[in-house]
Amino acid sequence: MKALKFLALTATLLAVSITGGCDKADTVAPTRGVYMLIDTSGTYTNELKKAQTIINFVLAKLNPGDSFAVASINTGSFTEKDIIDKVTFDDRPSMANAQKRQFRETVDKFVKTVKPSAYTDVTGGILQAIEYLNEKDPGHKTILIFSDLKQELKKGYVRDIPLQLNGFDVVALNVTKLHSDNVDPREYMNRLETWRKRVESGGGSWRVVNDLERLDNILGPS
Amino acid sequence: MTFSDVLLILPGHPAISVIFWVIILAVSLYLARSPAHGAILSLSKVLHHGFRIAAHSTRLAEQKLTQRNREVLLAAGREASERIVEREFDRVDATVRRDLAGYPALQRQLSEQILSIDEDYKQSTEVPPAPPGWLKAVESVAKIPSSGDPMVANILGDIHQSLVKAQNSAIDEYRKSSHERHMLLKRMMPHWRKLLQVLGQVDKSVNSLIERSKTIDRHMDEYEQITKGSDRAVRMLSSSSITQFFISAFVLAIAIGGAVINFHLIARPMSEMVGGTSMIMGFKTANIAALVIILVEIAMGLFLMESLRITRLFPVIGALDDKIRVRMVYITFAMLFCLAGIEAGLAYMREILSQSDAALVAYLMENKQANAAAPQSRWITTAAQMAMGFILPFALTFVAIPLESFVHSLRTVLGLIGVGLLRAVEFVLRLLGNVSRYAGIMFVQIYDLLIFAPLWIERQVKGRAESEPEKGTSEKKKPERGGQEVGTAAVGGQS
Repeated sequence: MKALKFLALTATLLAVSITGGCDKADTVAPTRGVYMLIDTSGTYTNELKKAQTIINFVLAKLNPGDSFAVASINTGSFTEKDIIDKVTFDDRPSMANAQKRQFRETVDKFVKTVKPSAYTDVTGGILQAIEYLNEKDPGHKTILIFSDLKQELKKGYVRDIPLQLNGFDVVALNVTKLHSDNVDPREYMNRLETWRKRVESGGGSWRVVNDLERLDNILGPS
Repeated sequence: MTFSDVLLILPGHPAISVIFWVIILAVSLYLARSPAHGAILSLSKVLHHGFRIAAHSTRLAEQKLTQRNREVLLAAGREASERIVEREFDRVDATVRRDLAGYPALQRQLSEQILSIDEDYKQSTEVPPAPPGWLKAVESVAKIPSSGDPMVANILGDIHQSLVKAQNSAIDEYRKSSHERHMLLKRMMPHWRKLLQVLGQVDKSVNSLIERSKTIDRHMDEYEQITKGSDRAVRMLSSSSITQFFISAFVLAIAIGGAVINFHLIARPMSEMVGGTSMIMGFKTANIAALVIILVEIAMGLFLMESLRITRLFPVIGALDDKIRVRMVYITFAMLFCLAGIEAGLAYMREILSQSDAALVAYLMENKQANAAAPQSRWITTAAQMAMGFILPFALTFVAIPLESFVHSLRTVLGLIGVGLLRAVEFVLRLLGNVSRYAGIMFVQIYDLLIFAPLWIERQVKGRAESEPEKGTSEKKKPERGGQEVGTAAVGGQS
């Protein structure tokens, strides 16, 4: 198989040299853009250790040229101020590795100093993620939402906005059950169903991953 | 009114309508029998001749290709034989230059040795002083009685002493002379040995030339066979070519394996140089850069082998002036050496990147600062990778030899495949020609089968008409069978 790939590459090289189309054929490798939202409201801050694990996993999986940003979900999340750290990895693998180390240190610092917020603006966070990823324009866009998906908006905040999620892959992680969900499970199911409909009506794909031992496919195909 | 209504001649009686139509059809076919037979047979004849002509053309093409293959094979064989004979002559020339060019010196050396031996021999033959004859005289003097006269006794004593002295001196002289002769003879030994050695060398050189001449004779015989264009030579060359094709293909496959390994060794570290995200035609630029390095190495290897006159893929290089050719050898070797150095460096970089990745993953996954403590034996893999990176470019240089064999033998193999294909096409065309010929006859028979009823009636009518004159004239005449006649005539005409 490797030999075939090698021969295909040789043939391509010959084709490129024959057609002289190097300039025309120059493109950029399909990159990935990942935006992770971390819920910091109320008791969910206790789950941040798990979020750290996911961030580290994502960092290990991303390649040079990929973009990654981590932002917190709090009272009003449609702002760049909530972005904890963002990075587009360098072309060179050694530099990318250094950037990953730096990124992890920033996240560690945030986890140590974070304070619980009173409200949860998930929609604002998603809107910010859409804006960031559209600006980066990677080949594959993923929004990871580390939250119980219970949106609690401060009075006056308008979030009844349709989401434009064409080409986005939205993954809800660690959607914990609240006490009220235990009392009436339909509440939990309705919450998930509402978000699924919102995402899919916006053109995106929706997945829920609660088993954090199996994170292998949260980023989709590379 | 539908089509089925039109076909229904008697409404409400479909069976009768069908019978009616069958009769109409049979009568129509009977009336059109002659032209229909003619058309069918003509069509089959046209197809038969068409296929025959096509088969003939294919056979001619196959014969031409076979002839061309033969010419190419003989030309290649002639060239190869010339090359071998030329090399043998070069070797003979080298032997003659090396050994026989020094022949005058050798002769002088031999003459000198012989002269020395001769001189020594002459000297050793010089007559030594005569052996001492003093003993008897001394004894006689010693026995002379002194007659009691002390004076006489003293004189005799003196004479005796003088005689003993003279005897001793003569014996010493004799011994000395003999020693000198022995020494001269001893001095001849190394000259003899040297002489033997020189003659041994001459013998070796002459034997080597004789061996070479035998090899040349053998190759010349083969060359004669090839120039005569004998079938034996063609068979021999063809078999040799196919063997060469498979062997060279096998070695090339091994070389491709080596190139793949080499590629994977340098592709990843290349992304440190050209970046890991840019693409050309759907492939990473880093991969293409790595491939370019390998291809340049192979190209340099080809030029090196060509400059060394090991291969003859580029006649231009082979025809270069020797001085320029030698310069080209040095230049290509220097470039190969540089590329090998670059590859070794990249292999080292690959190891560093691997270590960095492993350390990062450990750092991220274990949730603690990993020291990335390398095991003690890590240097072995690093050294092995660097050595591979350095050696593989030189190993790939030798791809030129199987490549040349492959290219040369490929022509023969393709020629043989072409001949095989043309033969197969010719067979198919001949088969189709015969099938179309007999298909025509078969369709004529089927046609007659469809109108068997009118034909039977015709036979009956004819039989009755002929039997009446028979009665009158009493001539015996066999009734003709009309339907059969036409069919038979048709078949006869075809066959």
